[in-house]
Amino acid sequence: MLGQKSKASKAIEFIVILIIALLFTFPLYWIVTGAFKTAKEVNSTTPVWWPYEWTMANWEKLMGKLKAPLFEISIPFSQYWSEDGAPIAAVTGATVPAAIRWMINTVFMAVAAMLLTCLTSALAGYSLAKKRFVGRNLIFTLIVCAMALPKQVILIPLIREMSSLKFYNTMAAVIFPIVGWPFGVFLIKQFAESIPGEILEAARIDGAGELKTFNTVVFPMIKPGVGALAIFTFISSWNDYFMQLIMLSSTKNLTISLGIAKMQAENATDYGLIMAGAAFASVPIIVVFIIFQKYFTKGITMGAVKG
Amino acid sequence: MPMNKNRSGMSRALVRRETTAGYLFLLPSLVFFLTFVVYPMVMCIITSFFDSNMGKNTQDVFIGFGNYIELFQDPIFRGALKNTFVIVLVSVPVVMIFSLWVANCIYDMKPWLTSLFRVVFYLPVVTGSVAVTVVWKWMFNNYYGIFNYILKALGIISKPINWLGDPKYALGCIILILLTTSVGQPIVLYVSALGNVDQSLVEAAEVDGANHRQVFWKIKWAQIMPTTLYILIITMINSFQCFALIQLLTSGGPLHSTDTIMYYIYYTALKMSRYGYGNAMGVILMIIIAVLSGIQFKLGQSDS
Repeated sequence: MLGQKSKASKAIEFIVILIIALLFTFPLYWIVTGAFKTAKEVNSTTPVWWPYEWTMANWEKLMGKLKAPLFEISIPFSQYWSEDGAPIAAVTGATVPAAIRWMINTVFMAVAAMLLTCLTSALAGYSLAKKRFVGRNLIFTLIVCAMALPKQVILIPLIREMSSLKFYNTMAAVIFPIVGWPFGVFLIKQFAESIPGEILEAARIDGAGELKTFNTVVFPMIKPGVGALAIFTFISSWNDYFMQLIMLSSTKNLTISLGIAKMQAENATDYGLIMAGAAFASVPIIVVFIIFQKYFTKGITMGAVKG
Repeated sequence: MPMNKNRSGMSRALVRRETTAGYLFLLPSLVFFLTFVVYPMVMCIITSFFDSNMGKNTQDVFIGFGNYIELFQDPIFRGALKNTFVIVLVSVPVVMIFSLWVANCIYDMKPWLTSLFRVVFYLPVVTGSVAVTVVWKWMFNNYYGIFNYILKALGIISKPINWLGDPKYALGCIILILLTTSVGQPIVLYVSALGNVDQSLVEAAEVDGANHRQVFWKIKWAQIMPTTLYILIITMINSFQCFALIQLLTSGGPLHSTDTIMYYIYYTALKMSRYGYGNAMGVILMIIIAVLSGIQFKLGQSDS
């Protein structure tokens, strides 16, 4: 009797969840279809659920509005002696639509943040988990306390720090605070705890140096943790809008989210254009997420399940 | 115990080697952490006691608790504080209940279905605050938005509502969007926690004749308590920090009716260049979150 009843209620539950899930995907559907609607369809008072004729006009506008150089390689540290405090470009790429440049900036930012975070966290997490030294507990306590505080509060003081270091309006200003955020160290530490001490002992007796031990013994064992951290950092830095907003200002230095926000501020009612921008910004990261979602969920749950 | 044994068994040279190696491995991470997290945190507290702006040629003037005294007399700050608490008080319970319900429904489905639902509920987070916000802004639009169309078609309203321009509705709209972007992580966490519940206990209870409800509250609920506590804290922190939605949708308007603390910090520090004043608000926010997290942590500990 109980089993039967729960079967019927399970079916109802399933249908309700399915409906809610469809509602959750609706904004994304609306972005993607909106990007291909004509101005008339977008501004129709009766919603056009499916575009009658797919148009590329919004995409042409997105790519035509603003221009920026494809890339600029600046002379290292040149911001410290240049007159306006901006880095001096040594090589400048061809002029392309600004949206392309924003995408390049975003990918560069997210990849750099990811690589630096994984490298520093892997080393530090291993050290905190397996090395015994004075000050270790103090550092770990500091890390846990910092993680419990609201991250966004430090962003305002960071602006001044970045300007005095002459990082303001460069990608470094966005990347470095992400690398400094200690979540990764915490995550890898949890993971590295499970490395058996005997293996490390054996490596030492075999005469392996610290770096060699790390490369050949430790890293292979914490690799799944590093993978989870990598995808987690990539996605969260891609979407870290507040940080990008306060650190980056000139058109060529924007990230894709910032660029879309800027377009929205300037063309508030051209929803077709804005949806094309939103699709351009979000579809790549959604694809990345879907491909790596297993590692991603692992990253989230590992950080939470504390021993 | 094993650690103590290990330490006493180590020779002095080995201790030195461990210490050097330990710090060298920590160094790269520590440089970034101290420079870009700890230092700004300390500066936030210090400058909150100064009358300071972002100007290059002006000196900071020490004014003691001046900023804090002014804060509590500032009606906009009080409004922002109130809005922030409204957002937290509405969104935290709704997020908790909704995500627990969804997770409980989907965690024992076929693996591919569980994955699928998990991805779907996580989509608004991954889509990014800017893309999510611009599409909702369109959906809320007075003339071309689908909300007004649907409500009119159903006969619930007779003339379009200016959702984001009306102080009565604007905060509610923001909370609704915040909810869709907040449930992803809790659902992922709950699904994994429910999957880890000790099955032998569940089976034993079922053999003893416990029904679904009893099994859930008496057995599963106790086992997922640490996860609940964690979700409670992260959801609370996230709701307190609600910023992007406000900045992109309403800029705190109309008439500061949707200001949150985080948005007001941004507004005072960057738009009004009152840097010290903004940091004083940051300190207040830190204190509020630290106290609330502490209370929840204590409650969670005494529970288990």
